[in-house]
Amino acid sequence: MAIFSVYVVNKAGGLIYHLDSYAPRAEAEKTFSYPLDLLLKLHDERVLVAFGQRDGIRVGHAVLAINGKDVNGKYTADGKEVLEYLGNPANYPVSVRFGRPRLTSNEKLMLASMFHSLFAIGSQLSPEQGSSGIEMLETDTFKLHCFQTLTGIKFVVLADPRQAGIDSLLRKIYEIYSDFALKNPFYSLEMPIR
Amino acid sequence: MTVHNLYLFDRNGVCLHYSEWHRKKQAGISKEEEFKLMYGMLFSIRSFVSKMSPLDMKDGFLAFQTSRYKLHYYETPTGIKVVMNTDLGVGPIRDVLHHIYSALYVELVVKNPLCPLGQTVQSELFRSRLDSYIRSLPFFSARAG
Repeated sequence: MAIFSVYVVNKAGGLIYHLDSYAPRAEAEKTFSYPLDLLLKLHDERVLVAFGQRDGIRVGHAVLAINGKDVNGKYTADGKEVLEYLGNPANYPVSVRFGRPRLTSNEKLMLASMFHSLFAIGSQLSPEQGSSGIEMLETDTFKLHCFQTLTGIKFVVLADPRQAGIDSLLRKIYEIYSDFALKNPFYSLEMPIR
Repeated sequence: MTVHNLYLFDRNGVCLHYSEWHRKKQAGISKEEEFKLMYGMLFSIRSFVSKMSPLDMKDGFLAFQTSRYKLHYYETPTGIKVVMNTDLGVGPIRDVLHHIYSALYVELVVKNPLCPLGQTVQSELFRSRLDSYIRSLPFFSARAG
């Protein structure tokens, strides 16, 4: 999938729409015996790898499933705490799936507001006159494109770094937004789009 | 095609070096505050990128561009950050930033027993070598383009 996600941010920096298309997230499932050679820690209601790396499992990966059953935050599917469960040698050998954690809605809201501020700082620190905010942010795994309209709405698209034609995509999304959201009499401006 | 300015930060946010070549607009705040704002922005962008990325990252945040300038970023495993603002025509210059770190900063500052680390670099040799290196780059033109 070349387009990873689309976000629409309103004038105040709040997220009003988000769309994630399926992206192949790095995941690895392995069977472990006691003791676990990865150090786990609880962070933000998730169990993450704090130290240790093997076979595709890296620092920052979260525990996604134990013995095939998806975990629910820091609790297993049966309601036991993951860290306690994995600390008990009686539960081994156990098969655990690790992977990059998916973003929760709250996290997406926070990241959208963070980007809104970074966009403004990018324009303030400009060495040139009349600079816009951040229009394209490049990393080695994705490229983030942003289009700000005259009314302050930002359309943000995360795509593969080699994907072309995102500028026309952003304008097309703007067209669709104005056709379906703005012309809808029941839609209030700056509110989340349903 | 030109280079606007260059910042060098250490892992604690101290600005080790700043020089500018063609800068038309000042930020409107003092230099101290500008360094702090720049460092804070980069720190936030790094954390933003690591959360947003759909796959595990190797190099992390590389660059961003606006309608007028492009900011290139290179960070070493020790937390030294090299930040260069150029205009839009410049492509990936990670190797240039790496050279600034390894052949200029490490050679002239880190290996110099009289240069205290963790504060602004006073070495005149470093400043002049950096300046001549930047002026020798193929995308640097003396006339602000």
